[in-house]
Amino acid sequence: MMEFSTWDIVRNLLLAARWTIVLSLVAFAGGATVGLVILFLRISKQKAARVFAGGYIELFQGTPLLMQLFLSFFGLSLLGVEVPAWLAASVALILWTASFLAEIWRGCVESIPKGQWEASASLGMGRFEQMRHVILPQALTIAIPPTVGFSVQVVKGTSLTSIIGFTELAKAGQVLTNATFMPFTVYGFVALIYFALCFPLSKSSQFLERKLNVAHRDH
Amino acid sequence: MGYVFDYSWIGEYSGVLLKGLWLTVWLILVGATFGVALGIFCAWVRALGPKWARPIVGAYVELIRNTPFLIQLFFIFFGLPSLGVQMGETQAALLAMIINLGAYGCEIVRAGIQATTKGQFEAGWSLGLSRIETFRHVVLIPALQRIWPALSSQIVIVMLGSAVVSQIAAEDISYAADFIQSRTFRAFETYIVATLIYLALAILLRQLLKGVGWVLFPKRSAAR
Repeated sequence: MMEFSTWDIVRNLLLAARWTIVLSLVAFAGGATVGLVILFLRISKQKAARVFAGGYIELFQGTPLLMQLFLSFFGLSLLGVEVPAWLAASVALILWTASFLAEIWRGCVESIPKGQWEASASLGMGRFEQMRHVILPQALTIAIPPTVGFSVQVVKGTSLTSIIGFTELAKAGQVLTNATFMPFTVYGFVALIYFALCFPLSKSSQFLERKLNVAHRDH
Repeated sequence: MGYVFDYSWIGEYSGVLLKGLWLTVWLILVGATFGVALGIFCAWVRALGPKWARPIVGAYVELIRNTPFLIQLFFIFFGLPSLGVQMGETQAALLAMIINLGAYGCEIVRAGIQATTKGQFEAGWSLGLSRIETFRHVVLIPALQRIWPALSSQIVIVMLGSAVVSQIAAEDISYAADFIQSRTFRAFETYIVATLIYLALAILLRQLLKGVGWVLFPKRSAAR
């Protein structure tokens, strides 16, 4: 039987943490893209689009991420293809992230005074141009702190993908626990690595929020 | 080809689902009660408690908020026994939920407390209220009223997050779903049903918390 030193445990966990980071980036980038589409639907002039986006957000925020992962895993395989865990995990995380980002950004867009819409409309801009040149640039500054803050939830959310068999940090922790019989040490280190990933994000979100608030007070 | 959906198993397994539903409901009712109480206590310590205790509570809050619930659960259930603290899966699940909600609740309640101006404290004392009485009537209740919507959504998030307690074999809704799909081989349909139960539960819980807010904070125009 192989002996594990503390360094072996940490080294293996750090190697697995790469996949946590990759999956987080995929989920965040994909979620931002889909989220932007949902945002446009949510604030659209068409009632059907608004209802669809509202239902989408309610569905993904009102059900557990774990169930979404299972449905993605088993649902995709209904299409008759062998689904690798990373694909099911990415799909579920992207859809889940999108629902939260769309709702966060909607709040930011709605906080832009109505006069801005009217002013840009009076310049003859179409709805897309208004968003592109007037509303989004202003909403973006407001949106940055909560968006960075939500990225912490995405990183933590990736831990659930271990349950459908994707090997990232949490899964590596389980495997190492089974090999070493040292759950206290292993899960302690797992928690510390997650903390090292999430804490800087949380702090920078708080920092940005304070900085932006100061900017607001100056106006 | 084409997949034929089959929900004929529901009748046979409705008992299993109901049992799972009961545990999820029990966990969130008990967990939310103690979690909110812990959150209020921690918020009091951070805002007004003894100076030496503040960084300890601060570290607890940051540690919990920046690690996944699943790892907290595993640490409590698998890690703590090596320190001699052993507990069943239901207790471990409940404890993890309380600790988790306590940390988030602390930050939410603290935000409400910080909105109380110093003048209100002084007004409370000048009316002859003790420190504790001032905290309760002047600071805490208005603070809770202000942050009740945020606290409610956090409670719903914890309920949805509780789906992972099936991973330590606590027999909640998702555990029931795992069990059923291993018997019927109808994984997709089973998880659809489980997901819809969670959705209904989330909607009901939100309404329930709205009602609790109504009862706890009947119109208090003086609160602000």
